[in-house]
Amino acid sequence: MTGDREKRMAMDEQLVLDGNAAGGLLAAAYGADVTSWRGRCVHCGTISVVATLRVYVGGPGTVLRCPVCAGVVIRIAETPTGLRLDERGMAELGPGR
Amino acid sequence: MGERFVTRGFVGRRDAPGAGGDLRARTPPGQYLTSDFPVLSAGPTPRTDLDRWSFRIEGLVDRPIEWTWDEFLALPARDWVVDISCVTKWTHLDMRWRGVSVDTLLEGVELDPAAAFVIAWCDGDYTTNLPLADVLNGQAFVAYEYDGAPLRPEHGGPARLVVPARYFWKSAKWIRGFRIQAADEPGFWESLGYHNRGDQWLEERYSGD
Ligand SMILES: [Zn+2]
Repeated sequence: MTGDREKRMAMDEQLVLDGNAAGGLLAAAYGADVTSWRGRCVHCGTISVVATLRVYVGGPGTVLRCPVCAGVVIRIAETPTGLRLDERGMAELGPGR
Repeated sequence: MGERFVTRGFVGRRDAPGAGGDLRARTPPGQYLTSDFPVLSAGPTPRTDLDRWSFRIEGLVDRPIEWTWDEFLALPARDWVVDISCVTKWTHLDMRWRGVSVDTLLEGVELDPAAAFVIAWCDGDYTTNLPLADVLNGQAFVAYEYDGAPLRPEHGGPARLVVPARYFWKSAKWIRGFRIQAADEPGFWESLGYHNRGDQWLEERYSGD
């Protein structure tokens, strides 16, 4: 993950990816492939598939934002004691219906 | 952040005297030297119209104060040459900035005796927290020029906080103001497992370090 991240960093100044790019990290956090899951942005109410979220590899951690309002929906940090996940910006996150 | 930016020649020779030793002594533990300025953002780069930009100090002050862009540029400024370390492990020595000392900004208000913490808030909903003691006495500034040119948006322009003695996530991009508080309040990364203080010489990367 880190190596790929650094390669992308070197290429792109404004690093924006889609949710698939965080698929591995999300799988580690949720214990499942969640890229096809849906959730509702608590900021604007838009329901999005995880794969369509905007991903920012923001220095310390990874930030997933709503594709409509750019509000933060999921944050993940990799720390020595494990992954830290904050999904308060994404309501009703679950497998697509 | 690729290999080509790493100046291994300097950091590798442990017994070399002179400049190499000086560079080594200036590199915090676990960091590598780079001459690049990597861009790391937790979100889209805000494009705030300078006509609508302001810098505001509020919270535990006698009266909030707010400067427009032109007023901010008219404040006493100076050049700063400082070493910067990012928690993603790059260190860039002698980065040249121009900006206004936090001391100068706080001269515009009278702090309440209970004031103890600064919450830097920004366009893009980013925040970071610092004890007042960590930003006074020339330890922090709000920069609007880097390397002789206006600070570019991807690097935090029009203005960013710079706190050289802390990991770079404390140097909040796109800063718009300080909220002065009695109580500490973990910011964007501090609330997700990163160290509350972030002193790079003590390798305070994660909470618990
Ligand atoms: Zn939204």
